[in-house]
Amino acid sequence: MSGPRLVRLPEHIVEIVSDAGEGAQKAAIAFAQLCAKAGNGLWTVEIIPSEIQPPPHTTGSASGNRIRLAERSQVTNAGNLANVVLAFNEMALLSRLEAGSLADDVLVLIDDQWATHDNERYQRSYREVLDKFRARGATIVEIPMNAETVRHVEDAERGKNMFAVGLLCALYSKDLSVLQSIIRSIFEKKSRDVIEAAVKLAGAGYQYGIAHFEECFEVRPVPTDVSKVAMNGNTALALGAVSAGFELCSMYPITPATSASHALSEIFEDFGGFVHQAEDEIAAIGVALGASYAGKTALTITSGPGMALKTEFQGLAVMTETPLVIINVQRGGPSTGLPTKIEQSDLLHAIYGAPGDAPKVVMAPSTIEECFYILSVARKVAEEFRMLVIVLSDANLATGQQLFDRPDVSGTPQRPPLDLSPVPLGALPYNWDPTTGLSQRLIPGQPGGMGVTTSLNHDRDGKACYDSERNQRGHTMRSRKLAALQKSLTPPSVHGAPEGDLLLVGWGSTRGAIEEAVDMARDAGLAVSSLNIQFLSPLPPGLHEILAGFRQITTVELNYSDDWEDPLITKENRRYGQLAWMLRAATLLDIDSYAKVPGRPYMPVEIFGEIKRILGDQPGTGSAAEPLLASKGAY
Amino acid sequence: MSSLAELCVIESGAGEAHSLDDYESEKPRWCKGCGDHGVLVALQRALRKNNLEPEEVVSVSGIGCSSRLPHYLNTYGFHGIHGRALPIATGVRLSRPELPVIVVMGDGDCFSIGGNHWLHAIRYNINAVVLVLDNEVYALTKMQVSPTTPDGWKTKTTPRGTYLQPMNPLSVVMGMTNVSFLAQTATWLPAHLDETIEKAWDHHGLSFVRILQRCPVFMPQAFGEGGLNFPVVFLENEDGIPVHPLLLKRGQTQAHNHRDINEAQRVAVSVDPAPMGLLYQNPDVPAYEEIRWGRQDRPDHPTFLKRLDSVLDRYTVS
Repeated sequence: MSGPRLVRLPEHIVEIVSDAGEGAQKAAIAFAQLCAKAGNGLWTVEIIPSEIQPPPHTTGSASGNRIRLAERSQVTNAGNLANVVLAFNEMALLSRLEAGSLADDVLVLIDDQWATHDNERYQRSYREVLDKFRARGATIVEIPMNAETVRHVEDAERGKNMFAVGLLCALYSKDLSVLQSIIRSIFEKKSRDVIEAAVKLAGAGYQYGIAHFEECFEVRPVPTDVSKVAMNGNTALALGAVSAGFELCSMYPITPATSASHALSEIFEDFGGFVHQAEDEIAAIGVALGASYAGKTALTITSGPGMALKTEFQGLAVMTETPLVIINVQRGGPSTGLPTKIEQSDLLHAIYGAPGDAPKVVMAPSTIEECFYILSVARKVAEEFRMLVIVLSDANLATGQQLFDRPDVSGTPQRPPLDLSPVPLGALPYNWDPTTGLSQRLIPGQPGGMGVTTSLNHDRDGKACYDSERNQRGHTMRSRKLAALQKSLTPPSVHGAPEGDLLLVGWGSTRGAIEEAVDMARDAGLAVSSLNIQFLSPLPPGLHEILAGFRQITTVELNYSDDWEDPLITKENRRYGQLAWMLRAATLLDIDSYAKVPGRPYMPVEIFGEIKRILGDQPGTGSAAEPLLASKGAY
Repeated sequence: MSSLAELCVIESGAGEAHSLDDYESEKPRWCKGCGDHGVLVALQRALRKNNLEPEEVVSVSGIGCSSRLPHYLNTYGFHGIHGRALPIATGVRLSRPELPVIVVMGDGDCFSIGGNHWLHAIRYNINAVVLVLDNEVYALTKMQVSPTTPDGWKTKTTPRGTYLQPMNPLSVVMGMTNVSFLAQTATWLPAHLDETIEKAWDHHGLSFVRILQRCPVFMPQAFGEGGLNFPVVFLENEDGIPVHPLLLKRGQTQAHNHRDINEAQRVAVSVDPAPMGLLYQNPDVPAYEEIRWGRQDRPDHPTFLKRLDSVLDRYTVS
């Protein structure tokens, strides 16, 4: 027997879905590790049901992962339509079609137990869903996953996922022994029997695949000497917080931010830090602010609704010039909205959300790697400028996994001890430099520095005052710090040529998809470039010069904007995407926005379609929910 | 002013390193006759008695008349936002457990807008002196009903009389897990106030003290016009708050075992006469910040780096 035919691919996207609790997530983690260890670049996305125990065998129960793997080591986004889907039942499979995630010619691997299942309803829906996929052009491979699994373990529910990952190992021509050692380490804390059964099932899946697949794939990694790490954005934020020297994280549970605090809780005490779970979101920022006032480096981690609750304390941090970092892992809103899904709708709230005029620093990491490094910058800015720094991450970064160069932490500076040296009696707690607004703060315990830190308006001596002159001065000094920070920033760099017909401007995690779309468009001969803005308040220097190089400018954001075609919408009342709103105000340029709320990341092809629409290459295409991929299967 | 007031004013201070002046900041701007003045002096006395350097102490408050206290106390102070003094104080204690912390709140501040923090702070049992200056009214905003305003009394938001029974904060405190210190006193009993604050200062854990005080402007009739007609009973125990014989004019004494939580709970639910003194004390409840510091490792820098490297190892794939 000659075995399956080998097809070499530059990259591929595979999705693994099961009912919640059946272990597709675990299978996907093992497969992602297998790819990562081999040196493939990758990006993974969690597919999460919104309930803990949804009814089984429904589309709402689908749980799993999307894995984009590539020959190159840098994968910057979740990619376009999936090429392969491995489903434990037809409803999980259908859910991915409904999500608009699958290519028409997708290769479907599915458990065949439903074809002959006792429940006739399952039999019928299995046939109907598969017919639907065949009609679209999918290739269906029915696999006796359940039957094969029960040959090795009593309960197929506890092991089918390992059989499945064995299948993928064969399909992608990976090394079975590496997979088995990964499984051993994943199940490290389980009993010997469980581990051995899992290892055996992976082997069985692998053998089944080799014996039955007609075609196998190879995404051959580009060899590299650089050590790589793989983690999600929330873990990167947690490790970044430790590396940046934070000493206290005070939080309250909220999706999708909480896993950052989980990761931090695991390790923080070993590094002299605390994670304090407060009684509510307000107390969470209050404790962080109190710790920072007392001289320690503190942060709080939350998501949109928590940010809303924290606004009064944000104003207090600004007024008292207490350094503080808030991480907001954004999700869909308003209100409870889409708790597990991505949106970028908190930008204006981050910048303006506080009573009165409260200048804050707002930054956004654009990759998971940046999630690791951004907190060092945030801390430095918070402390040197005595400012509130808000870091806007999002659900896409939070739960996606990316491979990136292992950070070199050997040069991490030591936290200096608190400077409690005496100051002359009457030392000014806000000794503002008149040009920059900067001042040196006094820390409790410093002899001579006694005085009240108040939320009331105050002057350089910190004492409450109510007259117009000193109120104006306080505002000016706090605002001037933003200008001083802006002067210290470097202009962002353009992806693509510095001039052309169209510039796409984005912020946060849309960067990867935008740049990939720009690359597609440039390959197609279109004069398009893109810009990712990391500092959103203050906006970075050099924007005017960059924007002047382009005939048209559009922001690409995952937040709401009115469609020009909507009834009642005019130039006067149209609501733009939030970055567009800011850029229009800052530049007086007629900047448009492509801003939607699909609850998932943009696919590069969608953005490419928008580029073509703007540049008049083809008429406008459908909504974000209906993917606009013209060619079947991106690769 | 009652002759009882003199009991506390005359005090030599001999042998103490600091004078009261050392703890004085700007001149208080509370109304004439406001009980806040007396609490400020009592606190300054406690600081002097404990020989504290002004820079070693942090006072934290919320918003309200009484929350101006940190402005007038020459220590480090944080005058924050309404209802949120306790989270800030918790942050200070967690990060700098060497700094003694005083928290000053009003009744609306603590019992109403800050209610959740109040409950949880008692459970955390941070080591701090927590004073609620209860005048049974929102005074800074000019006379609205507070959680402790007596039933039927007229305020600007209840011009035809309040609708609800007042809250009994003592029973709430005694109902919380980890409660470690509860006392009640009044500003018209200055000697008792002094003794209570001293006792609170000496307690290890969260010393919760409710201080009854009259607002002479918006609620002058409260507490039987500032104690003149207010039935109290003094809790008596040799380890409790001393009851000076002169106090007996104001009310009877009642033997009380403040180590017995059931007895303390029974006393806490009784409001007439109002129990004055130490209701409950359990010095063995661990303080949250000490639990946290006890479980925390503080590695030297090379160890820190080594650990960070080994955490990264867990995520290293090639």
